[in-house]
Amino acid sequence: MIAIERNLVTPRWQRVALPIVSLVMASIIAGIVLAVSGHDPIGTYQQIYAASFTADGALTATFIYATPLLFTGLGVAIAFRMHVWNIGGEGQLYMGAVGASGVGLLCGGWPLPILIVMMALGGALAGLAWALIPGLLRAYLRTNEILVSLMLNYVAGLFMYYLIYDSTSFWRDLTSSSALVFPQGKNLLPSSDWPGILLGSFTLPFGFVLGAVLAVLLLALFRFTRFGFEMRVMGDSPAAANYAGMRTRRTIVAVMALSGALAGLAGASQIGDFGHVLDPRGLEQAGYGYTGIVVAALAMYNPLAVVIVSILIGALTNAGFALQGPTFPIGLVGTMEGIILFSVLGGEFLGRYRIRFGRAPARAPGLDDEPGAEVAP
Amino acid sequence: MNADLIVSIAVSAIAYGTPLVLAGLGELLAERSGVLNLGVEGMMLMGAVTAFFVSQTLGGPGLAVLVAAIIAAALAGAALALIHAFLSITVRVNQIVSGLALTIFAGTIGLSSYAGQVWGVGGQHGVHQLVKLDVLGLSDVPVVGPILLNQDAFVYFSWVLVALVTFYLFRTRFGLYLRAVGESPRSADAMGINVTRYRYVHTIIGGAFAGLGGAYFTLAIAPIWTDGLTAGDGWIAIALVIFAFWRPDLLVVGAYLFGALSSLGFTLQTHGVQLPSEFFSSLPYIMTVVVLAAASTTLARRRIGTPAALGVPYVREES
Repeated sequence: MIAIERNLVTPRWQRVALPIVSLVMASIIAGIVLAVSGHDPIGTYQQIYAASFTADGALTATFIYATPLLFTGLGVAIAFRMHVWNIGGEGQLYMGAVGASGVGLLCGGWPLPILIVMMALGGALAGLAWALIPGLLRAYLRTNEILVSLMLNYVAGLFMYYLIYDSTSFWRDLTSSSALVFPQGKNLLPSSDWPGILLGSFTLPFGFVLGAVLAVLLLALFRFTRFGFEMRVMGDSPAAANYAGMRTRRTIVAVMALSGALAGLAGASQIGDFGHVLDPRGLEQAGYGYTGIVVAALAMYNPLAVVIVSILIGALTNAGFALQGPTFPIGLVGTMEGIILFSVLGGEFLGRYRIRFGRAPARAPGLDDEPGAEVAP
Repeated sequence: MNADLIVSIAVSAIAYGTPLVLAGLGELLAERSGVLNLGVEGMMLMGAVTAFFVSQTLGGPGLAVLVAAIIAAALAGAALALIHAFLSITVRVNQIVSGLALTIFAGTIGLSSYAGQVWGVGGQHGVHQLVKLDVLGLSDVPVVGPILLNQDAFVYFSWVLVALVTFYLFRTRFGLYLRAVGESPRSADAMGINVTRYRYVHTIIGGAFAGLGGAYFTLAIAPIWTDGLTAGDGWIAIALVIFAFWRPDLLVVGAYLFGALSSLGFTLQTHGVQLPSEFFSSLPYIMTVVVLAAASTTLARRRIGTPAALGVPYVREES
């Protein structure tokens, strides 16, 4: 007899195997898409690999993309893990960049360690404040946070454009000769650059180190604190959390705030590590907030896994921009990310069930007889 | 405010509101069956690029080309919805994540952009566009003429669809079954209704409608294709379904209000009002947040319309 049974607990090896199998599946499907549309899949993959890892300066470039994805991925992971659907990482990143560049411009010339802390705080608080709008609305009015956080992405984007292109704001460069031809943001003083760590020809961005440290702290928060416990319970069973007297509203707001602060740090790192100027167009084209969703899902919402996955997706994004052109249109990046997500989702399903050969084991009646309700979506 | 201004706002409200009507109506059908599809934006973009490609490459009389383009857009939307239907109904994954995946897959830097590149429609100027009809030769009648009697066929088609869906939902047996599936799939199943089939069919039809909504962008609003040209309309359509309490009639009202908002900046600027363009551009998004919050405080306390089983996968009891 063959029976399909539900696994009550996902075996540990599957948590590692699933994302890997998903990636392989996704590469095969994406390869078919490539072949169908007249590209050479193997050649394209070789190009991606070279552009992401082996070519001159490729690894450094990959980390330029991985760093913001690490922050936005952590932000999504922590929110989605407890079923708070913050998809406003994009806008929170923009606001973080606005905050951090504002602070960086104001405090130009300060000692670097203090300046870094100030800029990071400026970015994190701006992202946090922006995330509080959907967070508070969700917690106190039960407003759909998916739509609110998403709408605010567009508002934040337009706000950035307003600051640089349509006003004489503090952020805009009004003096240099190139700024008279085309509007642009004020550059931060070169002494405000966050220090990268040089390892031979490879530069590890300061932001990535900060993100990795935060990932460990978040894992500890999840595993070892009461707040983390409450978050886990609420994610798995809001009803149980309610019965246990947990303060659901407060936790929702806190999770939103944390998630927004992380996305805001992505914006701060964009200013401190890489751009040194508020560049609305560049930030919008990059779309790190949305890609953070892919990173978090592929990492199965585990903060430590986000660190590794952010490098992988960062490599893909890097290849997308580096190879941009007829052989590798930018649209392929999103297509492949989508396929990866579909594969991860499908894989989770396979992990929830197992096929048992032989006699079905006897079970206590009533114990397992309530399907549907407990199948966490 | 003079009559001219009112007319020009109303006309552009209908133009910009029509994609919202179509996509919203599709999402409404899917949600009524209990499936939340957050992939509307992606499906609209795929519909837009597909319609544009077909209208650019197909030869023949203009009308036939346009019809073919519209059908192709509907099929593109439906095909994408099928992915979501399979994942959320059969595989029973989290519908929110699956819908987001669909929008990333087909969205601004996804398949729609890739298709636009492979098909090479990027810089082209549209050959075939939907033309305004002069219904009964009465388009010159003041106020009513330009608003009601001088629209393209697609607008009238969307009105017919709204009427049909309203009739279907509230006056036919299938509509009743559909609502039962969305409210209480277990009872519906016990009555002998095929829950899975209902959900598949309505999710796929929903995708087709979203594709149609996208097609309106490239076939009527502007004869061009650029990546991400729907600019969040798919998301506003999802929000509209909530404001409309899952009712087609209210959905149309909301869609045209948002259509008016989307075009307000342009209209007011041509009438000499000076404010930053970003302010006007952000109005639809800010209004969505405000209306969502308002809807969730007052009316929604009574939970009008929300299908009780929305977003919940159905598993038949089998022991």
